[in-house]
Amino acid sequence: MKVIVLMKEVPDTYGERTLDLETGLLNRSASEPVLDEITERALEVALSHREKDANTEVILLTVGPDGTLPATLRKGLAMGADRAVHVQDSALLGADLTLTAQVIAAAAKHIGFDLIIAGNASTDGGGGALPSMLTELLGVAGLASLSTVAIDELTVSGGCNTEFDSYEASIDLPGVISVTEALPDARFPNFKGIMAAKKKPFETLDLAQLGIILDEETARSIVISAAQRPARNAGIRIEDAGDAGDQIAEFLAQNQLIKGRSA
Amino acid sequence: MTGYPANSILVLVDVSLSGQLRSGAAELIGAAASVGSAVALALAPVGNAERLGSELAALGASQVLIAEPQELASSVVMPTVDALAAAAAAVAPEAVLTANSIRGRDAAARFAARSGSALALDAVGISRDEEGIIAHHSVYGGAYLVDSAASTDALVITLRQGSSELRAEAQPSNVQQLPVAASGAPDATITAYRETAAASSRPELRGADIVVSGGRGLGSGENFSLVEGLADALGGAIGASRAAVDAGYVPQTMQVGQTGVTVAPQLYIALGISGAIQHRAGMQTSKTIIAINKDPDAPIFDIADFGVVGDIFTVVPQLVAAIEAKRG
Ligand SMILES: Cc1cc2nc3c(=O)[nH]c(=O)nc-3n(C[C@H](O)[C@H](O)[C@H](O)COP(=O)(O)OP(=O)(O)OC[C@H]3O[C@@H](n4cnc5c(N)ncnc54)[C@H](O)[C@@H]3O)c2cc1C
Repeated sequence: MKVIVLMKEVPDTYGERTLDLETGLLNRSASEPVLDEITERALEVALSHREKDANTEVILLTVGPDGTLPATLRKGLAMGADRAVHVQDSALLGADLTLTAQVIAAAAKHIGFDLIIAGNASTDGGGGALPSMLTELLGVAGLASLSTVAIDELTVSGGCNTEFDSYEASIDLPGVISVTEALPDARFPNFKGIMAAKKKPFETLDLAQLGIILDEETARSIVISAAQRPARNAGIRIEDAGDAGDQIAEFLAQNQLIKGRSA
Repeated sequence: MTGYPANSILVLVDVSLSGQLRSGAAELIGAAASVGSAVALALAPVGNAERLGSELAALGASQVLIAEPQELASSVVMPTVDALAAAAAAVAPEAVLTANSIRGRDAAARFAARSGSALALDAVGISRDEEGIIAHHSVYGGAYLVDSAASTDALVITLRQGSSELRAEAQPSNVQQLPVAASGAPDATITAYRETAAASSRPELRGADIVVSGGRGLGSGENFSLVEGLADALGGAIGASRAAVDAGYVPQTMQVGQTGVTVAPQLYIALGISGAIQHRAGMQTSKTIIAINKDPDAPIFDIADFGVVGDIFTVVPQLVAAIEAKRG
């Protein structure tokens, strides 16, 4: 089985993330780039499937600028993926979701796949829509936001807990799934993996190689303004000397935050 | 079919498999009606059209379209995407609005991909200027406010649940069946189903005025009753940190933060939560923040209006008693 895992490089969420107010784009240099944790969990799903079915090839696919991305992606190879494909093109700077999904769809067709696994939502401005868009563009079946996954030869099934309901569902392959952080943490790369990663195939593609011609007329989502909110400051802080509960209640009452019994 | 005004906003509302309107419809219709004429689309089992039509009109929908697909119970999303496509073709809306719920987002994303429309995700409000509809976003934990629009054609927008307080005036009921040609595109098949929107006496986390959240400091699922007790004394909703969710104290749907729910209530109380940056991303635009933590260096204190360095197991019971006393 050929499994593509969508990987994304994001600024480390433990750092402060900033937005370029001129372009409305993420400031990529502001914080250390890492593999998005949720895409590592997606990779873990693929790798644990390969442990059961040795006939599985795990391919990392990412779209993004040159620079740190190839090195970041190596971590996924060190974890155990077989090879990586990086789509990179200066024309993709500021690409919206629609364009990104088109590019990933073209790359996935180029690579060939039985199953594509993605994280449900990325941590940088992640809307959680890309896997669904990709599914639609590829014309295959999909399951979004799975908190459990079972993969076999011809089908994938899993469970999803939404705001209102919870269901089990299955798709016939080929297909696309996205997984939530309810799935297990990813494994750490070991020394052997890190050494092996250096020799694994790493392919870089541009839009021309994928046969994508950008069309000025296409509908795009554009940022028309961006502004920073003032940061929040710390207020009062007390040590509990036995009456902190009463003091909070007093604070709540002063701020009209205690409702009457009938309300 | 009657004509649709040029300023129509197509709104996908969520209906349960038993034909009940789910929460969120009032918010979506309210936001849509503030910029145009709200045309509501609902997928429902046969026999609910008239009632849903008048319920949605009461919430401010000037027209209501009902689709009754056969595969409603067995298919995950394709009937919804097909209905959106059919409705958009009939209405030619200026924008399409869905909830930024798991299912709403799935349907909106697929519809945008199918129709080649621009997609604006997780908006906290919409407005219009001379060129059309604008989506407002609050990003990176609310540190930035960003406006987006479509370069051309209708913008597909998912609205963050509980983010908009606009409500529309009731309209006369005007309901029609929407004929939908099934695309036959592959879809997932549902094999087991359970409605989980429990009838709770507590407010929903999204959109609640008051949220009380518990973290790893609670120590166990049983101890979460401490959080519940305070939430109930204040009439608030319950939230949690990811560590509390990972430890199995509460379900994931309660997680506040970057990869959970984003809330912006009048009052947010953090109990036994350290205030990791990913947690703050989901609550730091709350109007008033109170934190109780025994570690004086916990980062949650950097954003708390009122911080108490203390043990939640002694402070919270006293606080609950004091609230009860003040309420009389
Ligand atoms: C990609 C990514 C996404 C993430 N998304 C989220 C998210 O959406 N939401 C989220 O919450 N986290 C998220 N996290 C995790 C986050 O980094 C923290 O690990 C998590 O928020 C910690 O939860 P906590 O504060 O409950 O636990 P801890 O950090 O362990 O803090 C527990 C606190 O309880 C205090 N405490 C213990 N006992 C008591 C007591 N008796 N009385 C008073 N205080 C007490 C301790 O002093 C401590 O400060 C994410 C992390 C990553 C990498």
